[in-house]
Amino acid sequence: MTIHRGRGFAAINYPIGMNLGGDPSQALVHSNPDGKFMVALSSIDLGQGMKSVTRQIAAETLGIPVEDVYVDTADSDTGPHCMGSFASRGTHRVGNAVIAAATEARAVMMEAAAEELEVNAEDLVTDGKGNIHVKGAPSKSITTAAACNAAQFKQGKTVSGRGIFLVPLSDVDPETGEMTPVTCFAHAAMIVDIDVDDETGEVNVVEMNSCYEVGRALNPRLVEQQLVGGAWMGMSHTLWETTEPYYPDRSHGPVDFNDYVMPGPGDIAPHHISVLERPAPDGPFGGKGPGEMCANPVLPAVTNAVFNAVGVRIDDLPITPEKILRALAAQGGARPQPKW
Amino acid sequence: MIEFRKEYFADERDDTLNEIGKPTQRQDMLGHVTGRSPFFDDHLFDGLLHLKCLRSPHHHARIRSVDTSEAERMPGVRRIIRARDVPHNLNTLLSLMGFGLDDEPMLADKKVAYVGEPVVAVVAESERQAYDAVAKIRVDYDVLPHVLDVEEALKPGAPSVNPTYPANTFTYHEKYDHQKLRFGDVEAALRQADHVVEGRYQMSPIEQAPTETCGAIAAPETNNRYVVYTSTQALFFSLGTAAKILKLSSNRMHFIGGTVGGGFGGKVDSIHEPMAILGCMLTGRPVKFIWNREEEMQVGAPRGAERWYITDGVMNDGRIVARKFTGYFDSGAYTRLSSYAIIKSVGHLPGPYTIPNVSADVYCVFTNRTPATAMRGFGITGVDFAIETHMDKVAHRVKMNPIELRLKNAYLDGDMKAHRRLAKNTALVECCQVVAEKAKWSIGPEYRAMSSLKGGGGERAAIPHTIIDNRGLARPASGLGSYQPPPAPGYTPTPAYTPPSYSPEPLPVRPYEPAQAAPPPAAPSPTTPRPAGNRFSSISGLRRR
Amino acid sequence: MTRKPLQFQLNGSGKAIFVEEGQNLLEALRRGVGDLSPKYGCGQGTCGTCTVLIDGEPHLSCLTLAETVENRAIETTAGLAMGPQLHPLQQAFMDGFAAQCGYCTPGMLMAAKALLDRNPSPTREEVVEAISGNICRCTGYEPIIAAILAAAASGGGRRYA
Repeated sequence: MTIHRGRGFAAINYPIGMNLGGDPSQALVHSNPDGKFMVALSSIDLGQGMKSVTRQIAAETLGIPVEDVYVDTADSDTGPHCMGSFASRGTHRVGNAVIAAATEARAVMMEAAAEELEVNAEDLVTDGKGNIHVKGAPSKSITTAAACNAAQFKQGKTVSGRGIFLVPLSDVDPETGEMTPVTCFAHAAMIVDIDVDDETGEVNVVEMNSCYEVGRALNPRLVEQQLVGGAWMGMSHTLWETTEPYYPDRSHGPVDFNDYVMPGPGDIAPHHISVLERPAPDGPFGGKGPGEMCANPVLPAVTNAVFNAVGVRIDDLPITPEKILRALAAQGGARPQPKW
Repeated sequence: MIEFRKEYFADERDDTLNEIGKPTQRQDMLGHVTGRSPFFDDHLFDGLLHLKCLRSPHHHARIRSVDTSEAERMPGVRRIIRARDVPHNLNTLLSLMGFGLDDEPMLADKKVAYVGEPVVAVVAESERQAYDAVAKIRVDYDVLPHVLDVEEALKPGAPSVNPTYPANTFTYHEKYDHQKLRFGDVEAALRQADHVVEGRYQMSPIEQAPTETCGAIAAPETNNRYVVYTSTQALFFSLGTAAKILKLSSNRMHFIGGTVGGGFGGKVDSIHEPMAILGCMLTGRPVKFIWNREEEMQVGAPRGAERWYITDGVMNDGRIVARKFTGYFDSGAYTRLSSYAIIKSVGHLPGPYTIPNVSADVYCVFTNRTPATAMRGFGITGVDFAIETHMDKVAHRVKMNPIELRLKNAYLDGDMKAHRRLAKNTALVECCQVVAEKAKWSIGPEYRAMSSLKGGGGERAAIPHTIIDNRGLARPASGLGSYQPPPAPGYTPTPAYTPPSYSPEPLPVRPYEPAQAAPPPAAPSPTTPRPAGNRFSSISGLRRR
Repeated sequence: MTRKPLQFQLNGSGKAIFVEEGQNLLEALRRGVGDLSPKYGCGQGTCGTCTVLIDGEPHLSCLTLAETVENRAIETTAGLAMGPQLHPLQQAFMDGFAAQCGYCTPGMLMAAKALLDRNPSPTREEVVEAISGNICRCTGYEPIIAAILAAAASGGGRRYA
């Protein structure tokens, strides 16, 4: 009847976007005569922040405050085709499509401003606060609102843009498996500390320390949301969840959240996260999507920690008290391993 | 707590952007905290009907007869939907991309292949009335032998689960019953290794379990179209699937969604939209089809179970010289997306490591259980659990620090990967180093000095001479006594998508440079106002934003 | 199916609707009144997305018979804000990025409000206990716990005039 502390490590990478490519997304960006922009998508926000990150990407590309742009999604009548929100493709594919569309819209806006100011468009910059001015001469300026108004009512220009991002579909060799899976990968490493009770078989996650490389943290709060929530889900996969507790036997399959157990607010562990950013050459501002890979390193880190704590290998997820107790009995008791 | 270690790779980034990198508040946060975010069910309809399904209680059974006569007379019932009412009752999700053969009916016709498979749908005035009518439907089943274990399913004589793939495996490239990965000569390298480490890993199915269950509401629009509010993760995927199954022109459907209560991969299967639209087509009224939590758990497709056998050949100094995989994805009774998960996982092997000899045989196996689908980490989570647990065993065998073992074998910029593409933009080394230092897990100085940018390529960029084989040619049907699989469907799958020859340029990380002036626009055309007036639409005034 | 009249207070306003026998309060609020803020997550009482307050106490509206709230005072997320001013809990959830998909948020807010209304300075353990009946699949709970504690610290247990 002892509580054994154990520590486990895991390292992973993760492919960004739908495997083999061939998964396009489109975006449309247009302004009203007030210089307020709308990004029209058919992409889905599941909670990962699709609407928010595309809004920031559009604002950055257009060179305007984020308050001057909204994202409208998802309506198949007004939003152009998008493959969907899965495979960590949203930031990468939709983000790039938004950049392409916003780039085109921006060009028209700058041209309209140039005509109003009677200068060349190449000499103009945006200040990110709603103004367009001559490089080095901030007083020679016009608001984005006035430029868009002039475009609409005086010049007859549409301040709008279209964008599509497609990674061309890759073949797969039947004999060797040669393929181009994706164009960039995210990375992660994780150390998990746990306690194992050798009398009850219960595992308590004590602490998680991680490092995730995400290309570019487009919004640090959204990245944090994904990494914290995803690591929780990884913990849940390893020690709690299954629809078939006696797989491949289907008996005792849970039908509600009483039986489909997941860690609750009293079961969570402190998680210390470090984030690295090595921009993907073809990511939007280098961004890779952190939404899926955040959970993955936790699973093996925990199984390795269990071995470190009590010397048994549970290679069959989820790790349950029953599996630990049976393994300990077969082993003749806990055998804590040397700590690193 | 979270920290951003900006000093890493700083010379590859421009950190002076205007909006990118800011902790800007979410566009939808105010809607979430006021309860106004419009999920698919947050739209009110006058005359809404409810659709519920009768589901198979058997793992595997032939359907002899279906008697809905008593159900039809139950109070509130407006329509019973049978397999024969479905215009195109056989589909596979990836047919939209020309991948795979149609294999799954929307409503079971000749047989059921998993517990929970829908056989009949009832549309009624209330959910209670729909459930009560479902309970009165009588189905006469001939129970058939079933198989639930992936390796049992591959043995000759196993019950044949899926008529389109009678040998219980998806056929890859119209040739093999699995997907291969071959890089170098694994068998020779294993013979020369100092140690051979074997492992077997199993992950059981996992439910996405979003707090919002899957569902859709389909209603007639005024313009001879159907408006569909849906929880899907992939609007056009679902629209395209509905168009195919219902033989409905895609522009007669108006899909609205985009605000979803969690998906995690469980809302891509496009089950609810075609069913709800069909109910609407057959009754002329708005129809809602939503899973209750029990359905979400056991009928909704989970992350498929995965079984992995890994054999590593490792030298005393920790270099892994060979890695061999045999993987089995449990696709359940139908393909859905599992066929594609295998390819994704094969492209991921052997993990973020440069190993000179790698081989894999990965199978998509059909069993008599709930079909599997995508979930967070699709195709990767299971194999990464196997790989990283295996790495720990290897470290233990050669008595090496587990983090140093990762670093010793880590992939670096310029290395050749097993799927024959060069690694770039890598960062595994730095992630390991940061976490070791933070958690005070000491590693040697040569490992602390490593960099993803140094030491890769050169010899490590070579593609080795590779041994290939033609084992595992797709087998003929194993047979099931007198049961005859239905003839191949007459439907011609959509031709494979041929993308235009667009090559994306790497995007600049420096601040935006002004582009060329746009050409003068054509004269604007008169706009046509949208039809106004009476439509079954959201009367709550909530916008999808 | 017989329908009976039902009157109750919802977020301070009198409501009068007709409900069917056996109808649950969640359906009565969503379809009968048109308050879409409480959500359907399970219908089995195990997820908490339907949490509303009845006379100040948290209840699972999916398991509450609509008829039983005759003349009682119900509070939902739709009534949390005072006009345009957010309730301190709502503000704390926003500032703390304590929602992702937002589906569990209404239930979480009501459970948290019930706690702060009776215990304006809860410990972390008391917060955890109060939301233990509310499932969140996205956030990992930590931001929600932190937001509730922050709301308490900013005086979230009292309504602003």
